[in-house]
This record gives sequence, structure tokens and C-alpha cells, in this order.
Amino acid sequence: MSVRSLDERPAAQEQPLSKARSTFVGSLGRHRLMPVLLLAVLVALAPLLFPSGFYYRIFALVYIFALAAVGLNLLMGYAGQVSLGHAGFMGIGAYAAAIGPAHFGLPGWLSLIIGAVLSALIAFLVGRPILRLKGHYLAVATLGFGLLLAIVFTSEAEWTGGPDGMSVSRLVLFGWSVRGSETWYWVSAVLFLAGAAIAYNLIESPAGRAMRAIHDSETAAGVLGVDVSRTKLLVFVISSVYASIAGSSLAFFNGLVTPDVAGFLRSIELVAMVVLGGMGSVVGSLVGAAVLVLLPQALTFLHDYEHMVLGLIIMGVMIFLRDGIVPSIAAAFRGRRG
Amino acid sequence: MAELLQFAFSGLTVGAVYALVALGFTLIYNASDVINFAQGEFVMLGGLVTVFLLAAGLPLPVAALLAVVASTLVGLALYRFAIEPARGANAVTLIMITIGASIFLRGAAQVIFDKRYHSLPPLFGDTPIRFGGAAILPQSLVVLAGALVIVVLLWAFVDRTLFGKAVLATAANKLAARLVGIDTRLTVGFSFAISAAIGAIAGILVTPITLTSYNIGTLLALKGFAAAMLGGIGSAVGAVLGGLLLGLLEALSAGYLSSEFKDAVAFIVILAVLFVRPQGLLGRARVERV
Amino acid sequence: MIPCSFFPAKRVAAVAVVLAVLGAPSIALAQIKIGSSLSVTGPASFLGDPEKKTLEMYVDEINKKGGIDGQKVELIVYDDGGNPNAARTFATRLVEEDKVAAVVGGTTTGTTMAMIPVFEEAQIPFISLAGGIPIIEPVKKWVFKTAQTDKMACEKIFADLKKRNLTTIALISGTEAFGKSMRDQCVKIAAASGITIAHEETYGPGDTDVTPQLTNIKGKAGVQAVVNTGFGQGPAIVTRNYRQLAIPLPLYQSHGVASKQYIQLAADSADGVRLPAPALLVADKLPDGDPQKPVVTSYAKTYQDNTKQEVSAFGGYAYDGLMILVEAAKRAKSADPAKLRDEIEKTKGFMGTGGVVNMSPTDHMGLGQAAFRMLDIKNGDWVLVPESGS
Repeated sequence: MSVRSLDERPAAQEQPLSKARSTFVGSLGRHRLMPVLLLAVLVALAPLLFPSGFYYRIFALVYIFALAAVGLNLLMGYAGQVSLGHAGFMGIGAYAAAIGPAHFGLPGWLSLIIGAVLSALIAFLVGRPILRLKGHYLAVATLGFGLLLAIVFTSEAEWTGGPDGMSVSRLVLFGWSVRGSETWYWVSAVLFLAGAAIAYNLIESPAGRAMRAIHDSETAAGVLGVDVSRTKLLVFVISSVYASIAGSSLAFFNGLVTPDVAGFLRSIELVAMVVLGGMGSVVGSLVGAAVLVLLPQALTFLHDYEHMVLGLIIMGVMIFLRDGIVPSIAAAFRGRRG
Repeated sequence: MAELLQFAFSGLTVGAVYALVALGFTLIYNASDVINFAQGEFVMLGGLVTVFLLAAGLPLPVAALLAVVASTLVGLALYRFAIEPARGANAVTLIMITIGASIFLRGAAQVIFDKRYHSLPPLFGDTPIRFGGAAILPQSLVVLAGALVIVVLLWAFVDRTLFGKAVLATAANKLAARLVGIDTRLTVGFSFAISAAIGAIAGILVTPITLTSYNIGTLLALKGFAAAMLGGIGSAVGAVLGGLLLGLLEALSAGYLSSEFKDAVAFIVILAVLFVRPQGLLGRARVERV
Repeated sequence: MIPCSFFPAKRVAAVAVVLAVLGAPSIALAQIKIGSSLSVTGPASFLGDPEKKTLEMYVDEINKKGGIDGQKVELIVYDDGGNPNAARTFATRLVEEDKVAAVVGGTTTGTTMAMIPVFEEAQIPFISLAGGIPIIEPVKKWVFKTAQTDKMACEKIFADLKKRNLTTIALISGTEAFGKSMRDQCVKIAAASGITIAHEETYGPGDTDVTPQLTNIKGKAGVQAVVNTGFGQGPAIVTRNYRQLAIPLPLYQSHGVASKQYIQLAADSADGVRLPAPALLVADKLPDGDPQKPVVTSYAKTYQDNTKQEVSAFGGYAYDGLMILVEAAKRAKSADPAKLRDEIEKTKGFMGTGGVVNMSPTDHMGLGQAAFRMLDIKNGDWVLVPESGS
């Protein structure tokens, strides 16, 4: 697939500056969004192959999770910061979509925006102290943060319905009620493509170059004049907004939200999507989300052996395609071409 | 006062479990820089294999020994077939491999054993020892004593034997260790084996108190990881301290504050500690290599 | 993009589509498709696992006996792992891909609520096995349930407490859905039942020691009895810690522990515990004249022979759901979802493991208070508490 080779991120050993310059000098606007256009074509054509309405739901879920994964990938793959609590932000978005209309009579779209703003605000406040931590310490801090949110969603039953969750009223846009898997396929596709386009733009912006410099070496980036903590905080806030919007969409789509959406296992699933697909690859996040949404459906015929095989596949992919599916395959293609 | 003592007993019992899991994290991390999220599965294996061998008619000591051997082999296999082939991959990729391994082991356990909860008979009966108005089960003392013995043995091994020094050297600097003729593959594999064995022993000791089933591993990994980070990753004493502290924190906040938010309180304290000491209580500050 | 032949179900769907185009009604297929999404793994596997075993066991038996009026039953079970999002996806798959005629499943209230809109929209009858009241209140046209509600369990416990003049209690509940939902119901009806809840504690799923919470209960003046709502290993831990602290008050458990396994896990500590449970648990101890005796004895024997495991109330809910559907299919003489639904709603005098079921357009559960029996645990076994006194 030609999309994949367009998506390569410069490998760490290449000099990021010269790569950035060549992209800049080259046909910037058109080239930068080429992958998004190709993805849009694929997304538009995919339903032609769907044998039943069930596939609309499956791929709508793929796009929604891919949206959250793209955001997390900006943080992990480009800025090099781990978050094991990102489902917490999906939870904020999901519960905003549920609580806004139910308790305050707000329209759904406004609740989604409020959720995103709230996520950004919380990410901004929490991010400053948390992002000072490094490596596994950052991992455990974000894990704790996600856990706290999940506990709040489970405990504050008057607001959230407790562990059984609460129902979410339908999203209404300009008098048009968004319902059904087919409609949500297109809505989630547009959201994902917009998220991907913004991500590509961000990566090629000065902030994006600063992010990648931090990924390679925080100290070196600092010496080169990058405001390290400000850049990390910016990416953290952006990625929280991605997760929040994905969470709101999931809540509207399912018509129900439970604390599960913010749980530790969901956070791990998001990280797995990013890492399996390929860190630092936007298309990789789509592939990672597709793999983890489709696999449980594809493996149902194994019944009791499903989890064993799922575990083996994850291990196998990570051992043999250690940079993730998309970057590893892209590298193999490049290698063959010489 | 009797209340405080009871809370402390509870905290130490639970904390000893966390400590042993955290110790497993630390050993593997020191040898290979891998955070092994399948550590909780070793605890599950130790308990469940013993339960099923016991049910098959083997005497308890034999069943327990075989369970430790089985888990150790699983630990070695994890290193040989999953971690070693991926050496040189980045930290997150290695973590994903161990998460895959934990899903696999959990799936295998539900097929080989079952999905029910199981218990083991306590070593010294279940008549609580009453002390100062509080009550503690004899098995809790067994768990605490077991944790102490393991820590002492580990220390003696690393400090007093040549092979132990080789493990230490591998942990400190893998390349340098290789240069002085240490087979680092052997020492790293050994760390996985010991880690798995400690997990299995922990599983056997705590099952009479905590019960066990195929899916207890995830929560244990989560708590053990948090305990290891609280103590400072890489420090064995830190791991034990972190585990006991986490257990005490949970018990005290369940007793004095709110049982609903006890996990929240524990994590808020961990976050607070990390903000003051970003390398954990006893961890070494890391210098970024440029 | 993943090719669509990726799904084994595709071929099945294709066959179904071809048949539908040819105008062959599902009766001509001589089979009735029943779908199910259960929490076979995950935190609720304690409930979902026996449910799955029961459905598979009885569908096999029905087919061996020639099916329902000559039509074979095809059962499709998915494991949602207790995750509502997955349950909803499987519900869509059952409707769109597998084209099932009816659904028996939904282990937890969370997964059930996630699936309800799918089946309501597709107009397929759905018999849930979960306990939550929102499933059937308000009544939804296509949704039924078999398990007793947690509210009924509370009423049963409170009535027993009143009878013993124990009116001030402490409540300790699991924070998982089952424990929390029953706790909410207990708190809601306490005042009306003449019960005062003087103190409340909780514990999380997977907690391995609750002595701090129980110490607080022990130190609370005026408490006359303790009620624990929850399922899985939590109540076993509560019971053990309860004896460890030597709390002298009566301990009540919920139907969430209605399985011999609880007694095995709590061992000697379980002695003296009282709980409401379906008659299934004491099948062999029911008096011979008890109308429920034949069905519960038969189910308990079949389950234990097939699985070599002790019977639990939860597998019983699946049996009831499946059999209500099978009876409805016999009456309807059709696998048409709408006809099945109408017949399920007309279920009268059905004798299940959970009690006598009398459905109506306003009651999609149809169980009376008599569905629960009060049991004591003595010497590692259940003992029926006589209805007249304590």
C-alpha cells in the first residue's frame, strides 16, 4: 500500500533538521496532507466491501479508537512521553457527553466541546507536575491519574450512574439526529480524518520539530533552545483533547457510558494500538486500532483459546515487527528497493 | 489503639504481597531494563498449580515445589522465547511483549485450570492470634516471614556469591559486564527465573488468605508496579518498602478515611511522593545520556 | 485494509442472505438461531462461565431429543468479557451477521443495558440474565429478564431481620456493579422496611483484606446485624475477616454468593451465615411436595454431571431464560422474532430454577417474592430456614 511509505517518520539517526528543511522547501501544503487524502479515499471506498451493516459499526469503532490513538501517538511517538492513563481523558469526554444533556439540558455537541475544554484544562493543570517525571515514573504517575478518574466515575453515582453507567441521549446536529451504525461510520471517519490532518500539520510545524527533538534527547533539545517543559505540556494537552473527543463520540455512538471506558485496561489498549501500529506513525495508529478492534471479532471461533492466541499475536508482532506494523513494513519496502 | 494495630496488621499482610511482586519487578528491571507486566501471572501460577496438584492427590510440599519449578520454567521461557529475541527493542515495545505474555498466560490458565476462585489450607490453621485487641491470622505472619527470608537470601546471594556479583554487574552496566567475561544472557535469564520463582512462592503463601483465580495477575501487577516505583525502581529494599507502604496506606485510609476512596488515597500519596522525589523513595537519580 | 473474508462469519451471512433472497423463511431451514453475549471471562466470569456452560449443555440436549418440534437449535455465544462496548458490538453482530431469532444473555446489568437498544431497534426478543431493575422498569417491548432483582433480595433479608427484631444494621458492599446496585436498592427501601442503616463500608473488586472496614463496623454502637452485598471472592474474604475479628453479630450475605464455592472458600467461617437464594441450591433438601423440586433437582444433576462443578444460581438463570424461550417457540410454532416475543410475554406458570414465572405486558420478569428462600449455612452445607419463624 502506497500510503504506508508516505508515512515514514525520519529515523532517529537521520538529522531531523535537514529532513524538516527538505519538506519545507518541497511542495509543503499539498504533500503534507497527501496521506490524509489517500486515507479519505480508502475510508470512502471501504463500505463497498462491507457484507453487512455490522461492519459499519466495527469500522466506526476503529476510527473512534484510532482518533484517540493518534492523539496518544503525538505524545508517545513524537514527544517520547508515555501515558498509561489516557483512557481517563476518554472518560472525561464520554461522561461530559452523558452528563451535559442529562443534568444540565445542554445540547450534545456543546457537551462534547465542554468535555474537550475540560480535558485540556485538567491536562494543563496535571501535566505541569507530572511531565517533570521521566520514563517509568511518568508511566506510574499517569497510571495513578487515570485510576483516580475511574474511581471518581465509579463512586459519584448521583452524577455518573455508578458502575452500571448511564445512558447518553442522541447527538443532534443542526436538527439532524445522528443515529445508526452507518451514519456513525461517516461521522467518526470525518472526525478521524480531521484529527489525522491536524496531526500531520502539527508534526511539520516548528512545534512538531521541537517535539521530535525532545523525543531524541531532552537535554540536547534544551541546549538547542527548545522550551522542553512547555512543548511537552502542549502535546499532553493536545493529546488529551483527541482522547476526550473520541470518548464523547464513543458515548454518543453506544448511547451508554460505563466507568469501564476510563479504566486501566482501556489505557493499556490505547497504548497497545499506538505501539502495535507503530510509534510516530499516524497511519500506524489507524492500523493498530483496526488490529485491536478486529482481532477479538476475528478470533471468536477459537472460543476458550481466544486469549491465548491474542496474547501470542501481540507478542509475535512486537518481536518480529518491533518498530510497529507500519514503520517495520515501510522499512522492509525501502530496504528491498535498495 | 487496638484499631490502629488492626489496620497495621491488615496493611502489612496486603503490603507483603505487593512487596514480593515489586521485588520481582525490580529483579527483572535491574537485569534487563524490562518492566515485566506478566509478574502478577507468576503469582497466579504459583497458587493455581499448587491448588490443582493438591487436588490431584500430591502432598502439599511436593505440589508447592512443583508449582515453583513450573513457574520458574515459564519465567525462563518468557525470557528465552519472547524477551531475548527482541533485545535492543525500545522499552515500550518490551513492555508490550510482557503484556502480550500476561494475556497469553491468563488465557492458558483459564483453559488448563478453570475460571473459579480457589483457596489453599493455611500452614498453621486459621485460629487468629489476638494481640492488643487486634487479630492477625498465623498465615499473615508466614507471608511476612517468607518475604523477609526471600529478601535476606537475595541479599546474601548478590553479596556473597560470584554469580550474584555477575548479576549485579550486569545490572550496573551490561556492556562492561560482557567485556569482563560475564555471560549476560545467562545472568539475565537467571533473573527472570528467580523473579518467577519469587512470584510463585508469593502466590503459594498468600493464597490461603487472599484466594486465587486465573485473573488475579492484572491487579497485582498494577499494585506491584506502583509499589516498585514508590520505592524507587532498581532498589530491592525500595521495592519491599514501597510494597509495605502501599499496603499500609490502603489499610489506614480504608480504616480512617473512606473505604470507597482508599485506592485513590494510596495513589494520591504516590503522586505526591514522586513530585517531591521524582526517582522514588530509594531510587537513584538518573542522568540522561546525551 | 483488512480483507473482509477475514471473518469466518461472512460465509454464514452469505448463506443467510442467499436464502433470504430465495424467499425461504427461517422455518424451512429447520433451525432456530439463538444468540448470546455473556461475560465468560473478566471480572464477572464467576457468573458468565456457568451461564455459558448451561446454555451449551441444554441446547445439545434439546437437539439430541430432536430439537423444538423438529427444528434444530443453533446457539451462538460470544464472550464480551464484561465490557459494555464489546457487548454492544456482539449484539450488532448477532443481529446483522448471525441473524438470530432471539437472544438469551447479558450477564451484567451494564452489558445488558448496552445491548438493549440494538435488540429493540432490530425487534428481536432479548431475555437478560442480569439482576438490575432498569432492565425491566420501564417495560421495554422486546426485553425480558429471568434473574430475581437485587431489590427482592433486600426485601427478603430485611423481612427476616424484622422477624428477628434486628432493626439497626451495618452495610458492607462491593464497589463492583452487583454489590453497588444491590446496596443502592437496600438503602432505598430501608426506611420503608423499618430498618436503620447505621453504618456503611465498601471494598473494591480484588481486595484481599477488609479487616479495617470490619473493625469500624465492630466499633459502631447499636449495630445488631451486618449485611454484605457483592459477588465473587469479595464476600468470602468478608466472611473470613468477620470471623477473624470475632464479630458476634449475625452476618447476612446476598444471592451473589449462591454457590457451594462460597462455602468452600470461606470454609468454617461460613457457618452461621444467612442469605436469600433460589431453591436451586437446596434442591435435594426441598420437601417432596414442593412444586419446584423436580425442575431444580433435574437441573442441578445435569449441571454437576456435565461440568463436575457445583451448581450456582447464575447457571440457573440461563436455564430459565433458555427454557422460557423454548416453551415460547413451541407455542409459537415459528422462529419469527415477533411471534416469539408475543409468546414469551404470555409465559404463565413456568416453573424455573428461580421460581414460578408469570409474565404480562406490564411485568417482563414475572417472579414473585416467593422466588427466594432463606438459607443458613451449617457445617459446610445449606439449611433451609423454615418460612414461619427464624
